Amino acid sequence: MRRINTRRSLSALALVATAGFVLAACGGGGNGSSSAGGKSPGEGKPECAQLTKYGNLTGKKVHVYTSIVAPEDQSQKDSYKVFTTCTGATVQYEGSKEFEAQLVVRVKSGNAPDIAYVPQPGLLATLVKQTGKVAEAPKDVSDNVDKWFGKDWKAYGTVDGKFYAAPLGANVKSFVWYSPKMFAKNGWTVPQTWDEMMQLTDKIAATGIKPWCAGISSGDATGWPLTDWLEDTILRDAGADFYNQWVAHDVPFNDPKVAEALDRDGAILKNPKYVNGGYGDVKSIATTTFQDGGLPILKGQCAMHRQASFYAANWPKGTDVSENGDAFAFYLPVTNQDNGKPVLGGGEFVTAFNKRPEVQAFQTYLSSDTWANEKAKDTPGGGWVSANKGLDPNNLVSPIDKLSAETLQDPNAVFRFDGSDQMPGEVGSGSFWKEMTAWIATGESTKDALDKIEASWPKS
Amino acid sequence: MTTTTPELTVPPAARVPAGTKAHTALTNRWASFAAVVIAVLWTIPTAGLLISSFRPQADVQGNGWWNFFTNPHVTLDNYRAVLHGSDTDLATYFVNSIAITIPSVIIPISLATMAAYAFAWMKFPGRSVLFVAVFAMQIVPIQVTMIPLLTLYVNPPFGLPQLAGGDAPGGGFYTIWLSHSIFALPLAIYLLHNFMKEIPAELIEAARVDGAGHVRIFSRIMLPLMMPAIAAFGIFQFLWVWNDLLVALVFGGGSLDVSPLTVRLAELSGTRGQDWHLLAAGAFVSLVVPLIVFLAGQRYFVRGLLSGSVKG
Amino acid sequence: MSTGEKLVQMGIAVALFVAVVGLMLFLADRVKSRRGEVLQTTAFVLPAVLMIGFGLLYPMLRTVYESFRNAGSTAFVGTDNYHHIFTDHDQLVVLRNTAFWVIVTPIAATVIGLVYAVLVDRAKFEKFAKALIFLPMSLSLVGASLIWKFVYDYKATENDQIGLANQILKWLGFDTYRFLLTEPWNTFFLIVIMIWVQAGFAMTVLSASIKSIPDDIVEAARLDGVSGMRMFRFITVPMIRPSLIVVLTTISITTLKVFDIVRTATGGNFGTSVLAYEFYVQSFRSFNTGLGAALAVLLFLLVTPIVVYNIRQMRKLEAR
Repeated sequence: MRRINTRRSLSALALVATAGFVLAACGGGGNGSSSAGGKSPGEGKPECAQLTKYGNLTGKKVHVYTSIVAPEDQSQKDSYKVFTTCTGATVQYEGSKEFEAQLVVRVKSGNAPDIAYVPQPGLLATLVKQTGKVAEAPKDVSDNVDKWFGKDWKAYGTVDGKFYAAPLGANVKSFVWYSPKMFAKNGWTVPQTWDEMMQLTDKIAATGIKPWCAGISSGDATGWPLTDWLEDTILRDAGADFYNQWVAHDVPFNDPKVAEALDRDGAILKNPKYVNGGYGDVKSIATTTFQDGGLPILKGQCAMHRQASFYAANWPKGTDVSENGDAFAFYLPVTNQDNGKPVLGGGEFVTAFNKRPEVQAFQTYLSSDTWANEKAKDTPGGGWVSANKGLDPNNLVSPIDKLSAETLQDPNAVFRFDGSDQMPGEVGSGSFWKEMTAWIATGESTKDALDKIEASWPKS
Repeated sequence: MTTTTPELTVPPAARVPAGTKAHTALTNRWASFAAVVIAVLWTIPTAGLLISSFRPQADVQGNGWWNFFTNPHVTLDNYRAVLHGSDTDLATYFVNSIAITIPSVIIPISLATMAAYAFAWMKFPGRSVLFVAVFAMQIVPIQVTMIPLLTLYVNPPFGLPQLAGGDAPGGGFYTIWLSHSIFALPLAIYLLHNFMKEIPAELIEAARVDGAGHVRIFSRIMLPLMMPAIAAFGIFQFLWVWNDLLVALVFGGGSLDVSPLTVRLAELSGTRGQDWHLLAAGAFVSLVVPLIVFLAGQRYFVRGLLSGSVKG
Repeated sequence: MSTGEKLVQMGIAVALFVAVVGLMLFLADRVKSRRGEVLQTTAFVLPAVLMIGFGLLYPMLRTVYESFRNAGSTAFVGTDNYHHIFTDHDQLVVLRNTAFWVIVTPIAATVIGLVYAVLVDRAKFEKFAKALIFLPMSLSLVGASLIWKFVYDYKATENDQIGLANQILKWLGFDTYRFLLTEPWNTFFLIVIMIWVQAGFAMTVLSASIKSIPDDIVEAARLDGVSGMRMFRFITVPMIRPSLIVVLTTISITTLKVFDIVRTATGGNFGTSVLAYEFYVQSFRSFNTGLGAALAVLLFLLVTPIVVYNIRQMRKLEAR
């Protein structure tokens, strides 16, 4: 094979490759936004206003690497059409479910994509610190984020004081899925406070139906749904400021307040009278996949399932997901009115490894309100929202997306990003998952679980 | 043969024509029973998957596949989703898989057969040490090689042309072929070396006395005798490459043009794994080709290639 | 690239390869001296050795180097990573499980593969019968993981079952069982999956080997009145002994490296993790390059007994 590689027949191709490389090298600009020169194809069109200054990018390609695969990728691709019309550049979209591991491999090997949609601030930090190959966001993007997103969101894309990545999509995790039809039939009402929720839980349990169902099995990410449970209760019991300190490890992981919050979850999840509708006892939570977790609601075997907005995709085709339908979600009620209305969520961040004009133009486009509304219109099946304040909720099709957008844009809402996604990998995608799983599966005590996670926090 | 038990060697006159020895171990009832039990145990899980692939989503998620027999709902929706659920034609993935697999089978097998021959029948200093070193390389997991090897492809030493990266030649095929070939070599050499060793030394020595060089012995005597072993390994290599996702993902260098079928299969279940019921249909669409290869490859598992020659 | 272009690319690559190798052998064959021997040896061995050197040995050495460095591979940390592995009490379970896997899988898969190969040899439906055992090997991993969900899935007895194993228990009047949760048996239920996959490999290689037993030997034995179990024990097994060693060795090494089954079935929870999975998690989940590399080095070291055994077997063979 080595012989073949050096054959003449390949040299020609290699020349093409080199030429492409040289072109790429020429394009690399300074810190500010760069331009390819020439007259932009989008000149004069209002939706292109921000993009014309990048000049004529016809024939240029932007390679985007993401974890969003078919069928959800179609609406992404459709939403880039405006970008192509405005600049002439095309987007080469690649989605992979092995994204997180593969991205790091590619970047470390010098084969980074132009742009990656990184779903965890923690991974962004790893990439910045371990590889040094992440490009700082241009000023246009930074300005857009200042204008359209909350300060918190900008902070999640910032590492060591430098702003790298603008938010893309978002999801709301503080939801409890239920069946409006089932509730109506039994005369149950959506609870407004945690206490009401527990009263309802007892009421349902008295009818012989297990009120809650859950599933945390998810291959090598088994346990993650429980980290969301804990984060939600910490936000409710101890408040958003404490939450920030906890995520940053300014307070120990096993702080008494955390133990209190986890016990609050345990009162539901570890009570055999309350779980696990449709599956079995407490331990069955550990072996039920997160995809299956809420499905017993449709059979009337369980009444409530705490899971993020994206669980909407898990209901089988033909399920009516709406306010009065087979399945819908309510906001996980608060425990303590003093802590406002905390919203736990997640999202992706547009991370660039390159400063070519077409890459910066694309980053600018994605951070604008134009794209957010374009994406909403291009997602007829629903299943997408953004924290972009310029997003008009009327452009969203599905009721659950509207609810998510309203929740995110609610002026009283205090948004916090999923903590496990921000912690160091050893904890956030290691011991936190593992110990939460053991907490359910082997009945490990709250104290032991939290102590072990604290002990695993990397020292330095 | 090295392991022949001498007291059993009988004069050639006593040999019975091959056709008449039809009676086999299978005539034993217990033996037949055991074979059937193994076959059934091995097949039931797969049969369940096959049945599931024709069941509607709600059924697949709601109850076991055996309910199909009492309550049959047949749907082709799952297969439809697999065949048409992506904006890239499934045929394109098939072509890519074939274009990836064929060279990735031919190249390592050829090189491994040669190397195995050298390790078995050529004398050179350091032969044993080198062979053991090659054999031990089987333990290196592909995951360990990803970053160093990809770095070599992207920034090759000695001014060699770049093999991977945005505008790699051959759209990423070359690096996939090369990588698959590398990863196959240690096992292939080890396996084929073992079969080579079983060929009687007298055969080689006789040929050498007749003045045949290594190249001639290799091509005229060894290759025909090695066909069952080569076919056996060829089948496996085909299968591993056909079912590989990792090598294609990493060493395809992000080129979408060369994605094999497994890339499509991997995304079938959707971004959050919500459509896992489609995986069954996907598995069977992908299974067709390896199964054909296995059935066709058995043609080379012929009996008694060596009989007669040992007597010499 | 169009379909045509891809196939042409493929054709060119194969043709080029065949031409280069053919030419190399042809030229080497032409030189008929002492130097010719050297040249021939080089032509036979060098391509493979060079590829292995660049593609496997070099990454392996780098891994050893990285195992002495920190998480981001930016600083030397001595033996900290190794120290971490051996002081973490969870790792003892991991090592125990790895041992279970490496001992049980090769033996079970080889025995089943061998017995089956002998049983169906010369049978009427041999090809079909072999294809059944081979099937699991040819399924892609995504398919296989779903297959075993349909076997081991757990729900409490009163619910509709999805897992066949629990449905059978239910039919027999027992309570359902947590196959993936109950230590230490869950590890063995995962090993069953690996045996299910690897038996096809053993069967295929051993079948090819059985078929290369010269007919005269089998017939001679038969005439001496040897048949059935005794034929199996005194003729078949000794004749294919080298292949048995190869199969055992290969499956052992494959088993040492395998982590996909653990990854998809339990994610290493419930005390089912193995060394290769820990390596994967540290390297590609936690992005701790140093610790991941140290775990990989441990994996390299575990292959030593297998290598030593093979060397001894080779010596024995050469001595005869």
